[in-house]
Amino acid sequence: MSQPPVGGQQPALDPAATMDSQEKLSGEIEAIGAEYAAAGRLETQPRLDYPPYRSSLLRHPTKDPHHVDPETIELWAPAFGERDVHPLEADLTIQHNGEPIGERIVVAGRVLDGDGRPVRNQLIELWQANAAGRYMHKRDQHPAPLDPNFTGVGRAITGPNGEYRFTTIKPAPYPWKNHHNAWRPAHIHFSLFGTDFTQRMITQMYFPGDPLFALDPIYQTIVDPKARERLVATYDHSITSHEWATGYNWDIVLTGSNRTWMEDDAQDEEH
Amino acid sequence: MSHAPELKLVPTPGQTVGPFFGYALPYDKDSELLAPGHPRSIRLHGTVVDGDGAPIPDALLEIWQADEAGTISRETGSLVRDGYTFTGFGRAAVDNVGHYTFTTVNPGPTEPGKAPFIALTVFARGLTNRLFTRIYLPEDTEALASDPLLASLDAERRRTLIAEREADGSLRFDVRLQGGDETVFLSYPRES
Repeated sequence: MSQPPVGGQQPALDPAATMDSQEKLSGEIEAIGAEYAAAGRLETQPRLDYPPYRSSLLRHPTKDPHHVDPETIELWAPAFGERDVHPLEADLTIQHNGEPIGERIVVAGRVLDGDGRPVRNQLIELWQANAAGRYMHKRDQHPAPLDPNFTGVGRAITGPNGEYRFTTIKPAPYPWKNHHNAWRPAHIHFSLFGTDFTQRMITQMYFPGDPLFALDPIYQTIVDPKARERLVATYDHSITSHEWATGYNWDIVLTGSNRTWMEDDAQDEEH
Repeated sequence: MSHAPELKLVPTPGQTVGPFFGYALPYDKDSELLAPGHPRSIRLHGTVVDGDGAPIPDALLEIWQADEAGTISRETGSLVRDGYTFTGFGRAAVDNVGHYTFTTVNPGPTEPGKAPFIALTVFARGLTNRLFTRIYLPEDTEALASDPLLASLDAERRRTLIAEREADGSLRFDVRLQGGDETVFLSYPRES
């Protein structure tokens, strides 16, 4: 399956990467979208088998997931607390000796479960590219500058109402090797735990109005237009602060808890 | 299946972990639920492979389990390990040849007669959403035979959920994302 290096300079990041044009990719994305719209069946999660995202070809399970009733250990999530995360870890702009370059932003919102209950005292982790679209990762070698004052990693524990708040820098779009001239929309990766281990998820937050949405096979793995819009944050002027940072709101809903909740659960999670 | 009441809110969709989690999600002693060499500790390890059987160099696994007595830990400190507290949670990135290792303990049954297992979550570049599965211990033959999940699978598929015990006491568990001997992945009643 491996392809020759693209462009003759760097090895292809992904063995499944192709030199297919954006036009070809967009055609595939559109055809899947049209087929989905005609089928009239709601899908709210990404498709595991989504051929336009070339690296999914050999990595998606071919058999349907096996339905199972969760057992004891799956009905609880690991406990996290202040021992695990310092409050300053939620500010990605103060981790080094100087100010990172770029547009300072605050991303704030709530984590809820599918029943609308706040997911409190749980871990949120995020990571992202810098304002030039470059990750602090040895395998990201695209010709954009690293920022010595920005690593792009943050952690927080959700508050009593499931709330979270990160201060960071707005990431830029960046190229990848899925197809010719492929660019990812600007995004922040989010990792979340719920009250059950069955609620564990990793996702990506996007910024409103990005022109790359329609062209991006990863964003489009969620074939339902309304469902994928749930990944787009809202610009929120009440989060924006005077002479300091622009603000975005993004609320996250995990799946339903399978556990019968007790009154003392909230306390248990707080110890 | 138990009764699963409808959700009030639609869950946020998942997305792939991508290729660049390697500087963000791994942390010091993340895969050591117990210090290596501890008298209680065992090694849990294996390889993550794709549909061609090729090892995946950019996958991340998480485990969550009870201790030997079947107790579910409510202790914090999974991210900043003190070396003594068993928190039940671990995270391991695979190496360049798709291999992972955890240092942990054999889980005990959380309820009498239940087959103990380790809950496992799989993330990878090219995998558009996380996958859940279970790692069962090979020894509990009676409990395995009466386990509702295992009983609902044919023998070939059941095999993919049962770890192999190696001579040194290690547990070997490979994850196959695709193909004939694809690992059984799980979905739960209230997902979306």
